[in-house]
Amino acid sequence: MTADVVVTRRAAPRSGARRLLSRHWYAWAMIAPVVVVTLVLVGYPLVRGIYLSLTDATEGNMGRTIGMNVIPSTYEFVGLKNYTDILTSSEFLGRLTWTIVWTVVCVALHVGIGLGLALLLNRPMRLRSFYRILLVLPWAVPAFVSAFIWRYLLNGEFGVVNAMLRAAGFAGVSWLDDPFWAKVSVIACNVWLGVPFMMLALLGGLQAIPRELYEAAEVDGASPWQRFRHITVPGLRPVSSTVVLLGTIWTFNQFPVIYLLTRGGPGGSTEILVTYAYRQAFEGIRNYSGSAAWGMVILALLVVLAAVYKRALRQQGEAW
Amino acid sequence: MRRVLTSAAVAAALALAVTACGDGSGDAGSAPAKSAAPAEVSGTVTWWDTSDATTEGPVFKEIIKGFEAKYPKIKVNYVNVPFADARDKFKTAAQSGSGAPDVLRTDVGWVAEFASLGYLAPLDGTAAVDKPEEFLPVPAASGKFNGKTYGVPQVTDTLGLLYNKELLKKAGYDEPPATMADLKKVALDVKSKTGAGGIALNVDAYFLLPFIYGEGGDFVDVQNKKITISSPQSVAGVKIVEDLITSGAAVKPALQDSYTNAETAFKDGKVAMIFNGPWSNADNLGGKVFKDNPDNFGVAPVPAGSAKAGSPLGGHDYTVYAGSQNLDASYLFVQYMASAESQAKIAGKLGLLPTRQPAYSAPEATANPKIAQWQKPMETAVERPWIPEAASLFQPLVEGYQKLAGGQTTTEPMLKDVATAYQGILKGWSL
Repeated sequence: MTADVVVTRRAAPRSGARRLLSRHWYAWAMIAPVVVVTLVLVGYPLVRGIYLSLTDATEGNMGRTIGMNVIPSTYEFVGLKNYTDILTSSEFLGRLTWTIVWTVVCVALHVGIGLGLALLLNRPMRLRSFYRILLVLPWAVPAFVSAFIWRYLLNGEFGVVNAMLRAAGFAGVSWLDDPFWAKVSVIACNVWLGVPFMMLALLGGLQAIPRELYEAAEVDGASPWQRFRHITVPGLRPVSSTVVLLGTIWTFNQFPVIYLLTRGGPGGSTEILVTYAYRQAFEGIRNYSGSAAWGMVILALLVVLAAVYKRALRQQGEAW
Repeated sequence: MRRVLTSAAVAAALALAVTACGDGSGDAGSAPAKSAAPAEVSGTVTWWDTSDATTEGPVFKEIIKGFEAKYPKIKVNYVNVPFADARDKFKTAAQSGSGAPDVLRTDVGWVAEFASLGYLAPLDGTAAVDKPEEFLPVPAASGKFNGKTYGVPQVTDTLGLLYNKELLKKAGYDEPPATMADLKKVALDVKSKTGAGGIALNVDAYFLLPFIYGEGGDFVDVQNKKITISSPQSVAGVKIVEDLITSGAAVKPALQDSYTNAETAFKDGKVAMIFNGPWSNADNLGGKVFKDNPDNFGVAPVPAGSAKAGSPLGGHDYTVYAGSQNLDASYLFVQYMASAESQAKIAGKLGLLPTRQPAYSAPEATANPKIAQWQKPMETAVERPWIPEAASLFQPLVEGYQKLAGGQTTTEPMLKDVATAYQGILKGWSL
């Protein structure tokens, strides 16, 4: 035992890599758990997902042994067939278009309303912290709970919203049963859920803008709009550019709101890409290969989006 | 010398351990053997019950107590799993090999799917299949796949026409409608004479079936491997629904929470008729218009179309997970739960329909008037296709039905789309 250690130590200085390892061993030791965890949690599923997406594996043809039942593996490598199936399917373009509309409208409203509230809350006023808590509340409720509550509120016959409309003398709206209103409903619910985060993030950004800039601008006679346009907006950009990207990715993949509020209905009209992919994967005999391919397509779309966005920011002189 | 002593001690200890193990496994090993007397079987049986936890669950728990008293060495672990989640939850657990129950209350439409995937233990020749000749033939068929028995029927059901007798009387009818044409007429009369709605539709594929069966249509023709959802007969059936909606005989159906909305409207006396099954007995009788007046609640067979009166056969089977560690205890559990005595108890307390002939004549069952009421609707029950893909056939039809009920499409193009979707699910079947 002791002899081995001595040999290693003596051999160490000869190889560069080993010297690096021995000099920075603590750094390697520190990051090792993270590297391992990342590889296990992100790397392995990703590689496995890519592999599965190139096969025709389903719940029926993947081998398994359960008690007395032995089922052999019979799935095969099919190349890019799953991808061509998805891209040529009649559903894909329609779902993609609605997903983009959904994402753009939601993020625009998130940022717009969030910024408005942040500006309001950034002024000195009474009960400011109380308002803040109140406005952050939707964020604290789990998304699925909110979605269920909205589902009851918006029930066409027995919902509270329609009851209020009727009491005020209007006809009720079939919120979740009409394709157009169902789209409005899911967007409304998601905006309600997402605004608090935007508000908090932007409020933080606003407070980081130096007061002196506003004072100087006021001395120079700048109007409130000019101050907003030339101080607030550029000053917020480091925060806003990040939260917009995050919000876009979250909204693009916002599964619970759609799935729980409308189940993608009526007649598939509110189905976004992720809920559609879920349906493909988990309804009936589970289609592992097909759902893996869907996942890859969605991942690719988001990677492209993030790259384009980053590039656009860089062209505006933003080091992000 | 010391070494020798130590190794001798280790050997002795090992020998002891081995014999101890041998004794232990000998006991355990003799229990699961086929020849073992039932009283000797021990273990824990985890049962996933998918019945309503508040109204039905307690009755099943009571029957379990009787089982535990009869087999004191077997412990039953009762778990109530909501019906809507059960299929997905069981599949995930069964496939990963951990967390699956020993026995599952399985919808008749799931048995073939689970069996084809290897999740279920074949039950022929085990204690679970006890006096098979007593079972009603159609429910019994639901438990079979590829000639083997995988499920033992627990309860059977079908859809019937539930009606509010007072509302019908006000509209001038003493009897519920017997044909689809009458259904429309009665519904319109109820609407014009009482102000209540005629019929509330549940926008769900299962609830569309009486209309399709009535004209002689179906989802698929299993024998000829043919998709028949867009056949002229099926089209004629769905057209009746379209007409009910457009003519105003049916109230404007809700598409989300459709089942609950239709039920609530019926229970509150806002509509005169709905289609629903015996599982809703307790729910309906608790409603505003039936609570103090249970005689107002009428049950009739679904109205007949031009071919026949037909409604889908439903119900539940007991199935045993193939990976169960307590197979023998599970078989005994199924035997006890599906026995005529247990079924009669369930029928008497809950009004759920037994699957064994003798249970219908048991005094406990006959004491519940609901059982006799449902006998006639049961005569119209149509056997469904027991194929692994059966449960997958509902979703495309639900989506189509939603579009139809929402007025975005009409019957023919809708069913054509559904048939195309079915071609993706049923590989190699003809249209």
